[in-house]
Amino acid sequence: MSIVLYRIDDRLIHGQVVIGWGRPLGAEFIVLVDPEVSGSEWEQDLYRMAVPRSVDIIFADVEEARRRLPEWQADRRRGILLTGTVAAMAAVCRNGAGIPKINLGGIHHRPGRRQRLPYVFLTDDEYRTLMDLQQQGPKITAQDVPTAKAVGLDDLA
Amino acid sequence: MNKDLRGVVVAHGRIAEALVSAAEGISGVSDVLVPVSNDGCDRDRLEDRIAEAIDGHPTVVFVDLPSGSCLVAVLHRFRGELNVKVVTGVNLAMLLDFLFHRELPLPEVAEHVASRGSGAIRVT
Repeated sequence: MSIVLYRIDDRLIHGQVVIGWGRPLGAEFIVLVDPEVSGSEWEQDLYRMAVPRSVDIIFADVEEARRRLPEWQADRRRGILLTGTVAAMAAVCRNGAGIPKINLGGIHHRPGRRQRLPYVFLTDDEYRTLMDLQQQGPKITAQDVPTAKAVGLDDLA
Repeated sequence: MNKDLRGVVVAHGRIAEALVSAAEGISGVSDVLVPVSNDGCDRDRLEDRIAEAIDGHPTVVFVDLPSGSCLVAVLHRFRGELNVKVVTGVNLAMLLDFLFHRELPLPEVAEHVASRGSGAIRVT
């Protein structure tokens, strides 16, 4: 399996992803699953600027990501799959999709969300969605950078 | 002097606050630079913070990195806005130059500070 990190992060591609995780994991491609960015060339250019030229970026909406996930999982290169929302990750990882782990990287405050960690805020519905997703297979932990301690979903209740 | 011209510094952690404090301490000029941190923000909230800092003024937005969440937030909300120019790679020399060249038209002051800021990077 060549996707080495599945991450939910509402800042999408930024320093923690590219430098914090991408370097130690040796990521060679990033799949960004976001409907707005996948439909906007200038936003794609903006995110490409954040990534070394040696790293390939694939922009996809949820439907394309569902369809192409097996292809990316079979890629010989090491990759990161990134969504901006819990809902998008849950949609991509339907029935677990053979995914061992999902990382909560940054889900920030919005009305209706409650703080679980300094960088994780979730509504009760989002938390339930993550619990359901975890029951399908993937172990879900919060960890903003690799040097931080991973926090299990049960501890975010 | 364009008294309406504002500088908004957008950066990670406490960088913006520290840079603005240092620039004000050196220059004695206050109420021109506004710091904005991306701490605890998703993109929408950071965009709102930047919009509140700009508050309708003609503004040079200084961003720490030439990519990443701060730049994305600024450009997502203000791309194409004639009263806003964005300069990346903010440093103290750049901010001091800005404080003393506010008489220039907005596009020119942005070019001027970018030139001064990059010229401040030297190896000795």
